[in-house]
Amino acid sequence: MYDIEALYEATSEAEAIRLMQQYPTAKLIAGGSDILIQIREGKLAGCTLISIQKLDSLRGVSMDEDGTLRIKPLTSFSHITKDPLIKKHFRVLGEAVDTAGGPQIRNIATIGGNICNGVTSSDSGSTLVAYDAITELTSPDGVRRLPIQEFYTGPGKVALKPYELLTAILIKKESYENCEGHYIKYAMREAMDIATLGCSVNVRLSDDKTIVERMRVGFAVAAPVPIRAKSAEAAAKGMPVSCKTINAAAKAALLDVSPRTSWRASKELRLQLVEELTKRAFEQAIILAGGEL
Amino acid sequence: MQKQLVRCTINGKETETYVDVRASLTDMLRNEYKLTSVKKGCEVGECGACTVIIDGECYNSCIYLAIWADGKNIRTLESLLGPNGELSDIQQAFIDEGAVQCGFCTPGFIMTALEILESGREYTREELRKQLAGHLCRCTGYENIYKAVEKTLKKRKAQSANK
Ligand SMILES: Cc1cc2nc3c(=O)[nH]c(=O)nc-3n(C[C@H](O)[C@H](O)[C@H](O)COP(=O)(O)OP(=O)(O)OC[C@H]3O[C@@H](n4cnc5c(N)ncnc54)[C@H](O)[C@@H]3O)c2cc1C
Ligand code: FES
Ligand code: FES
Repeated sequence: MYDIEALYEATSEAEAIRLMQQYPTAKLIAGGSDILIQIREGKLAGCTLISIQKLDSLRGVSMDEDGTLRIKPLTSFSHITKDPLIKKHFRVLGEAVDTAGGPQIRNIATIGGNICNGVTSSDSGSTLVAYDAITELTSPDGVRRLPIQEFYTGPGKVALKPYELLTAILIKKESYENCEGHYIKYAMREAMDIATLGCSVNVRLSDDKTIVERMRVGFAVAAPVPIRAKSAEAAAKGMPVSCKTINAAAKAALLDVSPRTSWRASKELRLQLVEELTKRAFEQAIILAGGEL
Repeated sequence: MQKQLVRCTINGKETETYVDVRASLTDMLRNEYKLTSVKKGCEVGECGACTVIIDGECYNSCIYLAIWADGKNIRTLESLLGPNGELSDIQQAFIDEGAVQCGFCTPGFIMTALEILESGREYTREELRKQLAGHLCRCTGYENIYKAVEKTLKKRKAQSANK
């Protein structure tokens, strides 16, 4: 038995929001793979829950008329990886979430929960940040959109207002078009482990594949929240496809990160990983985009 | 105590019962339905001892609320029992390959193995390791478990080729 005070099950988005208004101290639960663990640990013992697990309208991936990818928050990691639209347009996200936990966790964990927990080690966060994802937030006041970098406000903190529900993660066409990405998770174990550092790089090359038109890089566990490394991106933009460009970008990434020492790894190791993983992920992204090194 | 009606199919049988909203699916399967192959190990999603199949996908039933099972099709190890108590091919392979020692992890491993066997694909050893990575075994060292699954995969493939 879980130490739960009361549980209310929403049958629609509107009802979920109404329940949040009615029970302002209640916690939302989606897949439960964070919340239920925290109840077991005692951190959230005795809480009241509002379950959105059964809201199938918030599941799946679709495309808006303007080509924007719409990823609904309750989509599980395994369904993201299997989804045809993700495979075609945003393969790196499917690969990134496929590194999380183990197979059962990937059937349970939702992508919405993975960013709403505000955790820096999230296996989806660095890739979403690197693709300029936009969060769609719905409340009694209506729907607003917020870039994911502004959605993350601090360790374990996000910009959700009371009574606000994440209802979609959007990726604009210009963000994924002609773009290839690669994610590397560095962890102590190959499975069932949280990232020591995560690095997600994507590139768009010139038509002749010799110039890096755009390079974007996101990190997990390199700062209190998933972050972009703008100095690295500036160092790569417009430069020839070459090892020199890769090395320069990887060095520049060090200017943007602020990793800490934790029981998993020292700050020094993480800094080394920032540089090394940027190199490797950048190189792989170039190769995927058809570039030669 | 808040209770809620849960109607679901368990091992092919339609069932319904009122469950405590605080119950995990593990609690419900063990306490209401006496399906004790579903083990309580870590109860935090790390060990896989509580694995069941929900609508064709493996879940850790310890971190799944019982009320969410409403409308679902759930399978546990007990579903493999033959009419006269016979074992299924995958259970027999676990025995033959020495993949069972204390046996606590076995029901969970076999549920994931079932999802693998029913996917109809082929697996490299590397892929099998990844698919089975959500289970801990303190006794066998895993090698014999991979062998049992590989052997059954081969056997089923040969059987379907003969058909
Ligand atoms: C054994 C184990 C291994 C794990 N390994 C990894 C790993 O390798 N990598 C990784 O990134 N994570 C890992 N996790 C963490 C977890 O599985 C993920 O963070 C998951 O994505 C959380 O989603 P959920 O829906 O299950 O979470 P929940 O617990 O349901 O929700 C998480 C938080 O998000 C909020 N929330 C959820 N959905 C919404 C919404 N639509 N709108 C507003 N708020 C919402 C909830 O209120 C809660 O605060 C692991 C967890 C376990 C138990
Ligand atoms: S008991 Fe559920 S994963 Fe360990
Ligand atoms: S046989 Fe004992 S834990 Fe696996």
